[in-house]
Amino acid sequence: MSMLEIRNLHARIENHEILKGLSLTVNAGEVHSIMGPNGSGKSTLAQVLARRESYVVTEGEVLLDGKDLLAMKPEDAACEGVFMAFQYPIEIAGISNAYFLRAALNAIRKYHGKREMDAMDFIPFYKEKMKLLEVDESFMTRSVNEGFSGGEKKRNEILQMALLEPKLAILDETDSGLDIDAMRIVANGVNAMRSPDRAIIVITHYQRLLDYIVPDFVHVLVDGRIVKSGGKELALTLEEQGYVGVEAEASATAVAV
Amino acid sequence: MSTAIQQLPSHLEAFLQLQQQLPVHRQEPWFRGVREGAFTSFCQLGFPTVHDEDWRFTSVAPIAQTAFHLPEIPEDECNGVTEGDVAPYRLEGLAAQLVFVNGRYAPGLSRLPAGHKGLQVSSLAEAMLKERGIVEPHLARYADSSKEAFTALNTAFFEDGAFVFLPRGLALQEPIYLLYLNHGSATPQIANPRNLIVVGENSQATILEDYVSLGAGVSFSNVVTEVVAGEQAVLHHYRIERESTDAFHISTMRIQQERSSTVNSHSVLTGGALVRNNIQPVLAGEGGNCLINGLFIGNGRQHLDNYMKVEHRSAHCASHQFYNGILDGESRGVFHGRILVCKGAQQTDSKQTNRNLLPSDTAQMDTKPQLEIFADDVKCTHGATIGQIDEEALFYLRSRGLDDAAAKGLLLFAFASECLERMNPGPIRNYLAKIIIQALPQAKQSEAVL
Amino acid sequence: MSTDTKIIDSLVEGEYRWGFVTEVESDSAPKGLNEDIIRLISTKKNEPEFMLEWRLKAFRHWLKLEKKEAEPKWANIKYDAIDYQDIIYYSAPKPKKAGPKSLDEVDPEILLAYEKLGLPLDEQKRLAGVAVDAVFDSVSVATTFQAKLAEIGIIFCPFSEAVQRHPELVKKYLGSVVPYSDNFFAALNAAVFTDGSFVYVPKGVRCPMELMTYFRINAADSGQFERTLIIADEGSYVSYLEGCTAPTRDKNQLHAAVVELVAHDNAEIKYSTVQNWYPGDPVTGKGGIYNFVTKRGKCEGMNSKISWTQVETGAAITWKYPSVILQGDNSVGEFYSVALSNHWQQADTGTKMIHIGKNTRSTIIAKGISAGHGQNTYRGGVKVLKSAVGARNYTQCDSLLVGDKCGAHTFPYIEAKNSTARIEHEASTSKVGDDQIFYLQQRGLPKEDALSMIINGFCKQVFRKLPMEFAVEAQKLLSVSLEGSVG
Repeated sequence: MSMLEIRNLHARIENHEILKGLSLTVNAGEVHSIMGPNGSGKSTLAQVLARRESYVVTEGEVLLDGKDLLAMKPEDAACEGVFMAFQYPIEIAGISNAYFLRAALNAIRKYHGKREMDAMDFIPFYKEKMKLLEVDESFMTRSVNEGFSGGEKKRNEILQMALLEPKLAILDETDSGLDIDAMRIVANGVNAMRSPDRAIIVITHYQRLLDYIVPDFVHVLVDGRIVKSGGKELALTLEEQGYVGVEAEASATAVAV
Repeated sequence: MSTAIQQLPSHLEAFLQLQQQLPVHRQEPWFRGVREGAFTSFCQLGFPTVHDEDWRFTSVAPIAQTAFHLPEIPEDECNGVTEGDVAPYRLEGLAAQLVFVNGRYAPGLSRLPAGHKGLQVSSLAEAMLKERGIVEPHLARYADSSKEAFTALNTAFFEDGAFVFLPRGLALQEPIYLLYLNHGSATPQIANPRNLIVVGENSQATILEDYVSLGAGVSFSNVVTEVVAGEQAVLHHYRIERESTDAFHISTMRIQQERSSTVNSHSVLTGGALVRNNIQPVLAGEGGNCLINGLFIGNGRQHLDNYMKVEHRSAHCASHQFYNGILDGESRGVFHGRILVCKGAQQTDSKQTNRNLLPSDTAQMDTKPQLEIFADDVKCTHGATIGQIDEEALFYLRSRGLDDAAAKGLLLFAFASECLERMNPGPIRNYLAKIIIQALPQAKQSEAVL
Repeated sequence: MSTDTKIIDSLVEGEYRWGFVTEVESDSAPKGLNEDIIRLISTKKNEPEFMLEWRLKAFRHWLKLEKKEAEPKWANIKYDAIDYQDIIYYSAPKPKKAGPKSLDEVDPEILLAYEKLGLPLDEQKRLAGVAVDAVFDSVSVATTFQAKLAEIGIIFCPFSEAVQRHPELVKKYLGSVVPYSDNFFAALNAAVFTDGSFVYVPKGVRCPMELMTYFRINAADSGQFERTLIIADEGSYVSYLEGCTAPTRDKNQLHAAVVELVAHDNAEIKYSTVQNWYPGDPVTGKGGIYNFVTKRGKCEGMNSKISWTQVETGAAITWKYPSVILQGDNSVGEFYSVALSNHWQQADTGTKMIHIGKNTRSTIIAKGISAGHGQNTYRGGVKVLKSAVGARNYTQCDSLLVGDKCGAHTFPYIEAKNSTARIEHEASTSKVGDDQIFYLQQRGLPKEDALSMIINGFCKQVFRKLPMEFAVEAQKLLSVSLEGSVG
């Protein structure tokens, strides 16, 4: 059974229809990249999967590991194993990363009927993850994203992902605003999270990130639908030729249909 | 206002003289209209006075009242400057180095880039002739001559400056060094270096602008730099102002940032008699990041004015301003930090911090944060401190064997290092650290320790 | 870009939990304010001559101010003009016997009222060993640990009692920090104040328990004019807690209190407030309490320290500026505050630190939360006089906006006339919107927990300064105030 099954998804925000029949299958253990021009619906897809209520699904279905994802509230989808690395992560002053993550972890454990982790158990748990991602331990006592640079915020998202161990990780334009050095560090973190039980979707506009996080599949999203799919070479083609070619192909097909 | 009108005949004369001076092949007809418009603006605006809100703490009377002359026509490609003069400013591992003398390009001293397809690092005047296609869409489109007198003056009178262009997708690791030498002379001279930096979509660059005096003599550098950062572009920009204490220096850097771009602008200000450093980023596209990191060190009777105006026009942009000032002797510092958040610029993250250390009782600091917020979903922080060297810290160091001067020097350097720490580690940062130590009062005594 | 604010809106609407009225016989003066009423108050309280004289001087000064229309108008708040003649200035519940000597003798209805408020006095006594001086409509009802404290020389009693039993102390300090000429409401208070707390801690004594007072305004149309005076003599320490609540009423009720603190050499006074006056009808904005308070501490002696900590969630209109005068060398002034404006509340609050002596230090941490249509204005004043060599100040004012319709304004004033001063100032404005809540939801937290976490993180610096019992109550109070009919 696939980890994520999207069938003919239509979604809108306010009065704008953004997703117009998107279908996609992602299996556990795979890394898929979704690329597309600005406004094609990449972020919308991420937000819909993370169950942002302001995005209304008008048609289609989404199954997460066999369960109806669209019926879930955001916190329930999170507890069922969906994790989104935000394009613009939020700052929470006065709340340390440690406190925040333990609260999140325990919300998920509670959902599954597991015993909550107390502070004593949590410490060795996160120390191990920090080592894996080569992040300094002092990070845990800092307030969530407060005073972080763009790169640090993105790195924090990946760190949270490592601690919450999701089934489906969606990276929403994680490379946006990063220079190459920061990108490399973030990519290392993501690669460390690859696992046969986990599906990863990397949403990006530029090909450069995919040099570091090499995808199994690349899909091109244009005007709310996936118009082309291929292997990692597709990303290089897009980089050289731009989206114009694919967009033209897509509208030709649309007219034909 | 009146000062400009009184001097009108001399300005007009200078303007006409310039038109004649420029060799025929360098008079770019497509730009003439812009120059003339700027000249008209300058005459109408006149030099600002302390009654103008943005110039409240700084009087430019010394500049307005001095009759500056355009520099003499050079006779050689090095404009009278030898390789020996430039030796201290050569660095290893650069992608390119352009040298300007009194605002004029010195091809004999410059080193152009090689091996990067599409990369342009050249004299702006040449680029205006040969690369009009990539210059015209940007030149003089951002810095505003209609409202700012010094920008108008520069646009009307500039002869040359640097043009840097990075094509789409080029990640340039080696820095580009732009050196502006001020060759002193008996008569007060004015130079108007004009720079245009275009960082293409998804490209990356490191650029250093360095203003240096060779010899004494009253001079006025009126600089305008326009920076355009395309989508997802990254620019690490450094500027050093270390001209002599006879020099007047007004610089305006206007930055235009497209979506998801990052511009980190670092300024170190140690020289000049009267310096005004304007930095004006506009975050036009969503998700842009801007860091303005500055250090100014004043001594004697220097007057160092730092004016920032950050404009958030789109959502999800972040701007951080950090300015550290050290004022000794009878120097005077100004920090005027404006943050303008337009309606619709939701989820703006804006932070401004100005920390000032005044080791002297007679130094003076004016700090003015100004927040104009027209969107409601924003996070804005501003903070300022003014103080003296911490007595306890000083005592601690002395109790560990350092003498008073060395201890003070160490603490001053520690304070200045806050600025260094925000720069990426590398050759430019090391270069700047040395310059800072030279400029800090008493840091020399602790050079051994550092 | 989403404009959906439904999540925030539902979290912010809520009902005032403490709105109810107690039926108790009341002994009230007729409405109106004139010299007769003042004499009546003084007589009812058996005050010595000097007290009546002081009141009358204050009243005459107030009349002059009133004629000049000197009621302060510079605050950033709007309210209907107060008709000072339309208020009852004295109201006391009739006791069943002549004066209660212990809790057992207090009218059981009153005790029941306190239980409803969630503060069973008996429980308080047992748990924390706290001495409680419960003020009920202008007359102090119970003072429990008077005797125990008196053993070590501490005087903790109602003001009305102090005036009779310790007139020399009252005479010495009354008006020394807030003279009746200080401002309009201080003059009014000086004329008509009916009661409050009086505390005197002698040299070298550390008060072993937190001292508390609860206020309650019951009778309709009665303003409350409390006067509190706390004196910490050389080397002493005292921590005082003030908490208040009020019932639902249609007509606005006026609260113009004055608190004076005096700390001598090496003494420390900690004054904490958790305040929850009725904020006005959530829909119309009418009927809440007008809270105009003058609170000031004087660090008279060397090395003295005064800290103000407050959590304010109530009142229709709040106007208060606890301040500290740092006269003694090395003295320290602190101000930690969380102010919540919800529904239609307006708050114009802040603090003033005045540095006079050498090497004085002040810390201001002010957090404002605006929700609903609330308007929160913060004014922070730091004044360093020429004599204040080596003064240090750190000010941090943060505003949090919850939802789209509220507002926050910050006016910091810094005036330093001595170049050795070290002044640090930070201010921030941020918003809690759907984006922030969604981020936490996406990590598995339900939306109420999300808002609660953000608010607690925001207020943490201030909550940490409250005595523990208060900290827990403050946290609860804040979440209840911001809570909706969640379901």
